[in-house]
Amino acid sequence: MYDFKYQKAASVADAAKVIGADGEAKLVAGGMTLIPTLKQRLAKPSALIDLGGIAELKGIRREGNAIVIGAMTKHVDVANSPEVKSAIPALAELASHIGDPAVRNRGTIGGSIANNDPAADYPSAVVALNATVITNKRKIAADDFFKALFETALGSDEIVTAVSFPIPEKAAYMKFPNPASRYAIVGTFVAKTGGNVRVGVTGAGPCVFRWKEAEAALGKSWNGDALKNLSVKADGLNSDIHASSEYRAHLIGVMARRAVAKAG
Amino acid sequence: MPSVTLTVNGKQATVEVENRTLLVQLLREHLGLTGTHVGCDTSQCGACVVHVDGASVKSCTLLAVQAAGTNVLTIEGLAKGDELHPMQAAFRENHGLQCGFCTPGMVMSAVDLAHRNAHPTEHEIREWLEGNICRCTGYHNIVKAIKAGAEAMAGSR
Ligand SMILES: Cc1cc2nc3c(=O)[nH]c(=O)nc-3n(C[C@H](O)[C@H](O)[C@H](O)COP(=O)(O)OP(=O)(O)OC[C@H]3O[C@@H](n4cnc5c(N)ncnc54)[C@H](O)[C@@H]3O)c2cc1C
Ligand code: FES
Ligand code: FES
Repeated sequence: MYDFKYQKAASVADAAKVIGADGEAKLVAGGMTLIPTLKQRLAKPSALIDLGGIAELKGIRREGNAIVIGAMTKHVDVANSPEVKSAIPALAELASHIGDPAVRNRGTIGGSIANNDPAADYPSAVVALNATVITNKRKIAADDFFKALFETALGSDEIVTAVSFPIPEKAAYMKFPNPASRYAIVGTFVAKTGGNVRVGVTGAGPCVFRWKEAEAALGKSWNGDALKNLSVKADGLNSDIHASSEYRAHLIGVMARRAVAKAG
Repeated sequence: MPSVTLTVNGKQATVEVENRTLLVQLLREHLGLTGTHVGCDTSQCGACVVHVDGASVKSCTLLAVQAAGTNVLTIEGLAKGDELHPMQAAFRENHGLQCGFCTPGMVMSAVDLAHRNAHPTEHEIREWLEGNICRCTGYHNIVKAIKAGAEAMAGSR
């Protein structure tokens, strides 16, 4: 690992000031993605700005018809939260299967979505639940947030402060995990919110995406059978030693049907 | 060089480190606590698991400076003098180790599980071990050991 300066930010404004002034500085949240990256010398930041001490970024609260989760909230706290478990059990369940216990004790929702790993779990929930990403500057709709492989709408001095998830009538997440890393080979999150159906797919492509044909079919009839005659094209999907693009395309349908069955 | 003050196994320590020093390096190289192992160095194997403020974490994936002010418990801090911790005793009795390389991380993960779930089922134990890799035992006796260790911990409370 190359050496770097290190600073614990006292507030969001403080952190924004530092990364605004130094384009080579990087935020660190749980470090579960960034530290392995630094160890492989795949990044060489001048400084790490630690968000770990900022109380305003932590915690889960209900605001009207939404659950708002602070960016520095750890996966374990989302998984165990009574508010999340009662309002959006699918989200608590998703968090409880990210990586392993030690990863869940450090990794955060803000870090996960800012990183936008193509196989990460949270992006599928953000998209399917039509969540709003709240930053120090603005509010970003889920459909505008995830741009491409490891790319988001965040500006260079923009910090995710929270994610607001509207509470759905029904929702479920099914993932076909990589047996070693537990990242999603394919993960499908289905949700029905205010009569609207959305289906978010992670792991399969270079970036999370919505499966709109499935949304239309499930909008007419909320039943796995509604998806029977639909298929996803393998073109453009990921193909690697873990799974071919054809296999991933097939898994999207299987995981979507299982998720609808699970949501009930 | 930054200096980091933290509590390790009940004793306060102040150590001069680089910002890039990992917690596991602080423990092994600066404090001589070599019970915590480095197996993969890529955040996957769990040989380096210690508790930071009561939660199991991979000490190869945490900077020492991030651990400033925390309370760290390592495998060396479990036994009371010559008396093994119930989880350590259970690993010995159930043949839960062969080469022993993964064992410190296994035991620390297991103790965290037992604190959160006093009577874990076999399935829960296997799921909990997703981040702890063992190249020797085939896990079966580790799972048996953790079940016995958790029960012993619950019994001694
Ligand atoms: C062994 C292992 C298994 C894993 N398995 C899974 C899995 O199954 N599913 C899954 O989804 N993930 C998995 N992960 C990734 C894990 O969930 C990470 O915690 C997560 O992707 C990154 O979150 P973090 O808090 O650790 O962020 P960090 O590593 O600290 O940061 C990641 C990136 O986000 C930026 N960033 C962090 N916070 C903010 C913020 N608030 N605003 C703007 N930018 C920010 C950082 O600058 C950095 O570029 C795994 C990781 C490991 C090590
Ligand atoms: S050495 Fe830390 S996870 Fe393997
Ligand atoms: S006992 Fe040898 S690696 Fe587990």
